[in-house]
Amino acid sequence: MTQFVSTHLAALQVVLALLAAPVCLLLRRPNAAWVVATAITWVLLGIALVLLEQVLEASTLIYTLGGWPAPWGIEYRIDLASAFMLVIITGIGSAVMPYAWASVEAEIPEERIYLFYCMYLLNIAGLLGIAITGDVFNLFVFLEISSLSSYVMISLGKDRRALTAAYRYLIMGTIGATFYIIGVGLMYMATGSLNMADLATLIPAIADSRTVLMSLAFITVGLGLKLALVPLHMWLPNAYTHAPSVVSVFLAGTGTKIAVYAMLRIVFTVFGGAGVFDGYGLGEMLSGLAVIAMIGASAVAIFQTNVKRLLAYSSLAQIGYIMIGIAMTSVLGMSAGIVHLFNHALIKAGLFMAMGCIFLRIGSVQIDDMKGLAKVMPVTMAAFVAGGFGLIGVPLTAGFISKWYLLQAAIEKGWWLAIAAILISSLLAIIYIWRVVETAYFQDRDENAPTISEAPWSMLIPMWTLIGVSFYFGIHATQTMDVAIGAAEALLGGIQ
Amino acid sequence: MGFMVVIGIAVARLRNLFAVVMLTGIFSLTAAVLYVVLDAVDVAFTEAAVGAGISTVLMLGTLALTTSEEKAHESGSHPWALMLVVVTGMALVYGTLDMPPYGDPTAAIHHHVAPYYLEKSFGHTGLPNVVTSILASYRGYDTLGEVFVIFTAAAGVLLIIGRAKFGRRRTVRLAPGELRDSMRQNVILRVVSKLLIPVILLFAFYVQWHGDFGPGGGFQAGVIFAAGFILYTLIFDIDTARTMISPRITRLGLAAGVLLYTLVGVASMLKGGTFLDYSVLADTQVKGQHLGILLVELGVGITVASAMVSIFFTFAGQER
Amino acid sequence: MDFFSDFPGLLNYWVVIVLMMIGFYIVIAHDNLVKKIVGLNIFQVSVFVFYITMAKIKGGTAPILAEGITTYSNPLPHVLILTAIVVGVAMTALGLALVVRIRDAYGTIEDDEIQAQESEDL
Repeated sequence: MTQFVSTHLAALQVVLALLAAPVCLLLRRPNAAWVVATAITWVLLGIALVLLEQVLEASTLIYTLGGWPAPWGIEYRIDLASAFMLVIITGIGSAVMPYAWASVEAEIPEERIYLFYCMYLLNIAGLLGIAITGDVFNLFVFLEISSLSSYVMISLGKDRRALTAAYRYLIMGTIGATFYIIGVGLMYMATGSLNMADLATLIPAIADSRTVLMSLAFITVGLGLKLALVPLHMWLPNAYTHAPSVVSVFLAGTGTKIAVYAMLRIVFTVFGGAGVFDGYGLGEMLSGLAVIAMIGASAVAIFQTNVKRLLAYSSLAQIGYIMIGIAMTSVLGMSAGIVHLFNHALIKAGLFMAMGCIFLRIGSVQIDDMKGLAKVMPVTMAAFVAGGFGLIGVPLTAGFISKWYLLQAAIEKGWWLAIAAILISSLLAIIYIWRVVETAYFQDRDENAPTISEAPWSMLIPMWTLIGVSFYFGIHATQTMDVAIGAAEALLGGIQ
Repeated sequence: MGFMVVIGIAVARLRNLFAVVMLTGIFSLTAAVLYVVLDAVDVAFTEAAVGAGISTVLMLGTLALTTSEEKAHESGSHPWALMLVVVTGMALVYGTLDMPPYGDPTAAIHHHVAPYYLEKSFGHTGLPNVVTSILASYRGYDTLGEVFVIFTAAAGVLLIIGRAKFGRRRTVRLAPGELRDSMRQNVILRVVSKLLIPVILLFAFYVQWHGDFGPGGGFQAGVIFAAGFILYTLIFDIDTARTMISPRITRLGLAAGVLLYTLVGVASMLKGGTFLDYSVLADTQVKGQHLGILLVELGVGITVASAMVSIFFTFAGQER
Repeated sequence: MDFFSDFPGLLNYWVVIVLMMIGFYIVIAHDNLVKKIVGLNIFQVSVFVFYITMAKIKGGTAPILAEGITTYSNPLPHVLILTAIVVGVAMTALGLALVVRIRDAYGTIEDDEIQAQESEDL
């Protein structure tokens, strides 16, 4: 049995999630659905960790689906970057599931809960499928599975604006997916293959072709839409703000991150990265957009009265950090970007969990309703502050590690604009975090406000787990940095 | 293709949404004809059934539930939108400049991966329809993903507009006013449909199994099967139809299809191959492939049929 | 790369690109939610036609093996497009379901009217 499991671990990573979804559909009882979803997610985390270990020992893992070798069949290719993504996705999911017990019950009608967990499982299956595949068209299929399930989950928010947020995301997301498919078509037209490793060998010979260039352009724009790179970001603030709390948590931690991974995979592994970046000025363009995101989004965040929306704009800025690290195409820059991907996933998920706790108790996420909240919900607010420190980049937090390395990488490349942007946006972050902290800690509760208690343990523990882990990796940064550096080298080095 | 361009422009300019939807259906059908001309018979079949059929039905359903006129535009169209579109179009044209001309047999794509399928597939799977071999076996994992996409859509529609309590009686208007009653009372429609529907369902079965030898397969079969039930619902009424295919059955069908497909893959793993490797399912490779493809296509057909019926019923079951 | 000698060979692709752009334009320029979905469909169908046009070989036939035929058109794009069609209809179904709910919540399916209501919502 163990032999079976270990050989087929890669397949099980996605298959278990896929199997669980129809099971949830059949179960109908909310509690049963939750049990299935939680158990499967934890198993998936276990698998991801084992896979990470295997990759750390053996470099790239390959698994052929259907027994047909690539390029005639579809294969999984797991290198350090993929394995890292698997851990991130399943890790966030594992923390979200216990949290969901109370949160989903409060926000989603009881008779729909089993369908919700079904959607969640489909979403996680889609994300994992993207991280693990070695075929560009297969990536599209799983991208759509994860996107379609996201649209549905977002629409479940209580506010009617959740519906329009979901619709707009659907339109923009589908445009992005269609652009991606156009790019794949162009690439196929030029080479005849869909397998990533195969393409990597074929493309250098025709790298001057206009078809290949446009293919890259369309794929980049398509994925840029999904990862909310400014100016293609318009769907994100509404989606994160109006979605149910659990959905905001999970999406903030995984949705855009997987799109970043997909872009990395295609631009670097398939198109042979660094040459493409420098040759076509892609690096400059991306870094310019990243700088705008970092400063602009942070500035907009300051003026938000809805704290979830504030956090959404903060996410846009953080995506800017990740992208600027990547645009540098140096090992240091890319690993800084990748490690920030990991750190931000933890921190932002934790922060949105705090908002979910607050929403559970006071039914609102407006900053004015949070006056004096720290007195009655100290644990939650402490988590918010801790996460906020991470966003700002206070030493000992994971956020500090990422910014530190980003700054180092920028200095190494002499990108002064980037350095300025990183510092300015960190200052701006202090302002918007301070606004919330000031309201919650230094103002008095409204006299008419009903008495409320702290959030339930089932929500507090996962929240503090995520925040705690982010602190752990802020202190023991070498572990994550090593993996990130390895991932960056794997991506920059091309196919082994 | 010029015809399609005309339709496209007409769609953009028309404000009567019913007309727009009809034109979209015609657009799809024209595309299907084009596909046949371009030798893509399986695709044509699917486009006709899915694109022209299901999409049009759903859009009409939505219109019946919302409005049928697009609001008049304010003066001045959107210059930035036009610019964006022109830029994108130019980029695409630029990209085609290095492409081999239409129909060129020396193009790269005909020499790299594709010849393998054309040469080897009969030896591996024993099926003349190369598209089915690729769809169900060589790239079977993609198709698994595709079935799950349909599954997601059906479950998603249930989540978004499903009614909480199933089986509650309500009156439904599928067409304006008295048309429904008159359809039921119209003897010709009743008789003809009662003759046609079994034929349609039978045809669906035929398409399901014949996909190995000619165009067809699980998707097309599933859609045609659903079409039979949709026709029944249109002529009679949804409550009658619902008693035949209850929500429980569609839910069961939805799950059963995807589970069948995935479990075939798991069975392959248990028998020593990788996920979805059918060769290990029987004594010889060809037999194993046959069995695997058969089961997998069946799974597809079941889920697609259930999904289409479920989606249609969910739309039709809305109060108005 | 002489433009005029390539012209006839690439014309098919260019017409398809025009189609794609019409669809794309409808999505971004029109406010009516249903029309946007229609535009998206046209956009997608045009992309599919693009792929299938790629697959055609002059003098080939449908890729179903039969006696006496030597040239077949490329089956791989056919498979990809079959998948893409299904993904497209899934998207359409979900999008339309959302439109129905939006209509119930806002009373309209015109994007500009909805945005006006939303800014009052705060």
